[in-house]
Amino acid sequence: MREVAIVSSAIHQVKALTLTTDVQLMVPLINEARDAVGLTQADIGFTCSGSSDFLAGQGFSFVQTLDAVGAFPPIAESHVEMDGAFALYEAWVKLQIGEVDIALVYSYGKSSPGSRRDVLAVQLDPYAVAPLWPDAYSVAALQARLLLESGAVTVEELAAIAVRSQRNAVGNPNALRASPDVTVDDVLAGAVVADPLRASDLAAEADGGCVVVLAAGDRARDLCERPVWIRGIDHRIDAHGLGVRDLTLAPSAALAAGKAAERAGFAADAVDVAELHAASTAQAHVLATAMGLGGTTSGNGVRIDPSGGSLAADTLMAAGLVRIAEAARWVSSGDADRALAHASSGPCLQQNMVCLLEGE
Amino acid sequence: MVKVGSVDPTPLRADLVIEYPFTRTTGPVVGAFMTGLRDGRIVGSRRADGRVFVPPAEVDPETGDAIVDMVEVSSAGVVETWTWVDPPRPGSPWEAPHGLALIRMDGADTPMLHGVLVDSVADMATGMRVEAVWRDERVGHITDLVGFAPEGTDAIVELAAGEAASAVSTEVAGEPVRSIRTPIRLEYDFIPSAAAQEYLRAYADKRILGNRSPVDGAVFVPPRGVDPRHGVEATEMVDLADTGHVGNFCVTHLPIPGRSDLPTPYVSAWIHLDGADIGFLGLVSGCDLDDVRIGMRVRAVWKPDDELGATAENVRYWEPTGEPDVPVEQAGNQAWSAKESPDA
Amino acid sequence: MGTLGERTAVLGVGQTKYQSTRGDVSIAGLVREAGLRALEDAACTWADIDAVVIGKAPDFFEGLMMPELFLADALGCVGKPILRVHTAGSVGGSTALVAASLIQGRIHRRVLTIGFEKQSESNATWALSLPQPFSVSINAGAGGYFSPIIRRYMARSGAPELIGCMVAFKDRQQALRNPYAHLHQADLTFDQVVEAPMLWDPIRFSETCPSSDGACAMVLGDEAAGDAAEGPVAWVHGTAMRSEANNFPGRDEVSPQASRDCAAEVFDKAGITDPRSEIDVVEMYVPFSWYEPMWLESLGFAERDHGWRMVEDGSTNLDGGDLPVNCSGGVLSSNPIGASGMIRFAEAALQVRGMAGNHQVEGARRAFGHAYGGGAQYFAMWVVGADKP
Repeated sequence: MREVAIVSSAIHQVKALTLTTDVQLMVPLINEARDAVGLTQADIGFTCSGSSDFLAGQGFSFVQTLDAVGAFPPIAESHVEMDGAFALYEAWVKLQIGEVDIALVYSYGKSSPGSRRDVLAVQLDPYAVAPLWPDAYSVAALQARLLLESGAVTVEELAAIAVRSQRNAVGNPNALRASPDVTVDDVLAGAVVADPLRASDLAAEADGGCVVVLAAGDRARDLCERPVWIRGIDHRIDAHGLGVRDLTLAPSAALAAGKAAERAGFAADAVDVAELHAASTAQAHVLATAMGLGGTTSGNGVRIDPSGGSLAADTLMAAGLVRIAEAARWVSSGDADRALAHASSGPCLQQNMVCLLEGE
Repeated sequence: MVKVGSVDPTPLRADLVIEYPFTRTTGPVVGAFMTGLRDGRIVGSRRADGRVFVPPAEVDPETGDAIVDMVEVSSAGVVETWTWVDPPRPGSPWEAPHGLALIRMDGADTPMLHGVLVDSVADMATGMRVEAVWRDERVGHITDLVGFAPEGTDAIVELAAGEAASAVSTEVAGEPVRSIRTPIRLEYDFIPSAAAQEYLRAYADKRILGNRSPVDGAVFVPPRGVDPRHGVEATEMVDLADTGHVGNFCVTHLPIPGRSDLPTPYVSAWIHLDGADIGFLGLVSGCDLDDVRIGMRVRAVWKPDDELGATAENVRYWEPTGEPDVPVEQAGNQAWSAKESPDA
Repeated sequence: MGTLGERTAVLGVGQTKYQSTRGDVSIAGLVREAGLRALEDAACTWADIDAVVIGKAPDFFEGLMMPELFLADALGCVGKPILRVHTAGSVGGSTALVAASLIQGRIHRRVLTIGFEKQSESNATWALSLPQPFSVSINAGAGGYFSPIIRRYMARSGAPELIGCMVAFKDRQQALRNPYAHLHQADLTFDQVVEAPMLWDPIRFSETCPSSDGACAMVLGDEAAGDAAEGPVAWVHGTAMRSEANNFPGRDEVSPQASRDCAAEVFDKAGITDPRSEIDVVEMYVPFSWYEPMWLESLGFAERDHGWRMVEDGSTNLDGGDLPVNCSGGVLSSNPIGASGMIRFAEAALQVRGMAGNHQVEGARRAFGHAYGGGAQYFAMWVVGADKP
């Protein structure tokens, strides 16, 4: 495998972007990420983005957002209708071929103009499930109850995951839900919004975007002091139906973690920090267990969600890429040597990506 | 089927509704399930090893092989997991708070999602036995099941809406179900960007605004806050003339959805305003359609002052000025190239 | 400059019958029909496939958001990686190129790639032009966008008025030799093409593409898989993608620079210096008939303003032309949007494998596949050959 590193990133997440279009959101972010390593678009060999028309309420919405890059002279470019983490994967593949040395990845999501929990119902089986319009909170609740009643976790332990996220998020300008003093009792005092889940169990819905710059080999070393090497990256998908898989497990997360570890040469739990892309505290538990990080708040010595994770701010279509960018920052700053970043897609963790990062 | 609702003045915003009654052809497996529902039966698909999927899987998730063996299961079963939905979600078939559960029918190995019809969350429990509550009028649709009620309660359920059944019916009585209708309706609170707000408001004063690029001075209309060639913010607003030329055009003979006011054929054109460096779309009228040509000079025909609002529709159309044409090789986007290299 | 990375081969191709409404299948059934045919052609089973790359145009067409999630089971993908690509109309081509990159980058050995659209679940005009509040809606469909560009080409090149009709008639005639094509108009006459109503002057109804349901799939493999294949394979000689902004000062919308740059790169990678003589057959994305001469020029098969002469003198005809274009009938005869680009790529592969049936160009050794999308701003291209590069 060719050595590929994250050399720069930019993140912006807020509760609701009003009076700002996707393209206006992305122009400063893309420039911030390029400027940080002294690059212009002419230096970028491949550009890849991720977004969703259903969020935008507009077909071909990504066409407008291409304007944020400055795509003239023309660029080698592609787009996935997926979380930006998958755009990063496509760019990483492109760098493996050896044609280009630098790639720009971006994604964004502005779900606040619509009802995100209802929009997500149109991801589900269009014949027997979507016409019932099960909203995303309800679907997450079905999974959480299975987990609780299996005995794998208690309500208090889920509350502790919420507390961990809110406390870690303190100081993260891109987190929406942060509190230095919140306790399990505080969280448990909150109202149930989708039985058995409280608002604090559900990821805080954000609008925003994220940019990551990748570079290969010595180009990465030239561009920054401490490149964050992608040692292993893999993604897998599970069956779609909510009834055909065990929702208390995430086999595709375990599989992706194993495959990424094979490439990386170190295990998924042999990291200092892990950033998880979960829609609920229950999903955070399922993921940590699946990837061997230990199910509860402390993990196996792995610091989980040091940024607060997606629970603290979840930008649909960007949250996975944000996890990678956040994890990379811990390594880049020298606060961690190794990190795990996770991204997911689909209902109840149907699709999962694991990215194992390491400093020089 | 996109409706743009009433406009609120501060800031300009509009309800955007995206709505379509999708018609889905089912193929044999989903069709058998829908046909079963119409007949008041729940049908699953059975894999070679006997595992029964309800709703029927078309494909074995483990092997990718097709499953074609259909089997009827009980219309009673057990709740494996549940939540409580209060208030009911827009678009769902329920109008009152209800349970939502994965329910495994007797005889099935996988649970299916549906509603549980009880009065309160206190009546919900994992492991509870429930039975199907059917609509009287069934069409072959997942909503033929009103939901599931605790077994033996003789639930009397007010149907959500009588019209719902016919709204989703695509079928001929007695024939197997081959297609279903699944309406989708999504609502968005559409708020134009700050640049667009300023642009729209300026129309009320019969002014047309553009953005000037900080890199090369190129002027973009409508203003979008960015220079797409250079990928930079463009915040400087400039006033543009309401005169320009036709960069290019199309004579359209088709009606536009939602524009019944527009008789066909009509001319839509890329209008290149004096002072702007890209075109934007407008209608050309006030002359024979055959007279419209690339490079023709035009001016805005505004609505009467008492009808002006914060909308680009203030310009009713663009009419010829009678001035000499812009040469074809300098019209439209070529104008910029001519400006860049005047000798070319 | 040769193709970098692992040598990549097209091991199998599968297509559905294209038609207005495939009323006999579900969405899963539609994609499986193409996928299974590609597997059969490649002598593979689902278990042999390492990953899937799926592409389609806007999710509004089927009202199914991120359909790779629902279709994972149907594509035998459980426990495997799947990617979903969307680059507007070029998506079928770029999807194939993303799949190829997984081989070229030595990530996987065999990848299934598939493009589809089930347009009959909604309505193409609706799904392609959802109006936005505060914008004045005066363009009806894609034809309204492309008609001015065609008008500009006609003015610039001096092409005779009926060139577009000649392309449309040729493609519909060629479609009669492709059993998968949507439009099979055996009795169509040239006069009928000419006399068809104008929709977006200068575009007649007869010069536009239909709205189709359909799917197209390919199995791509690495060099060892290509070598091991019993039947003929198509080797990938070059791939390229380019995008440019939609509307900016000085943009050449007739022959966008992204198109020219993309062609230059793909031919350079394939070692081709004179495309006209070195390419034997072309499958290009022509949703409106005039785009055939326009792309012939932009891609370097003809001099500027001379592409129409190749149409006029029959150079692009399957029968007797030296550079047959769209022998399958092209987008003008079948247009399931998300698959249309991949059909071009797959038909190019079928030609160099000698497996194009009644629309085979005899002795085709090198073929060009092409797709474009957006406001003619997204481009995906590949060159495939019978010989290993």
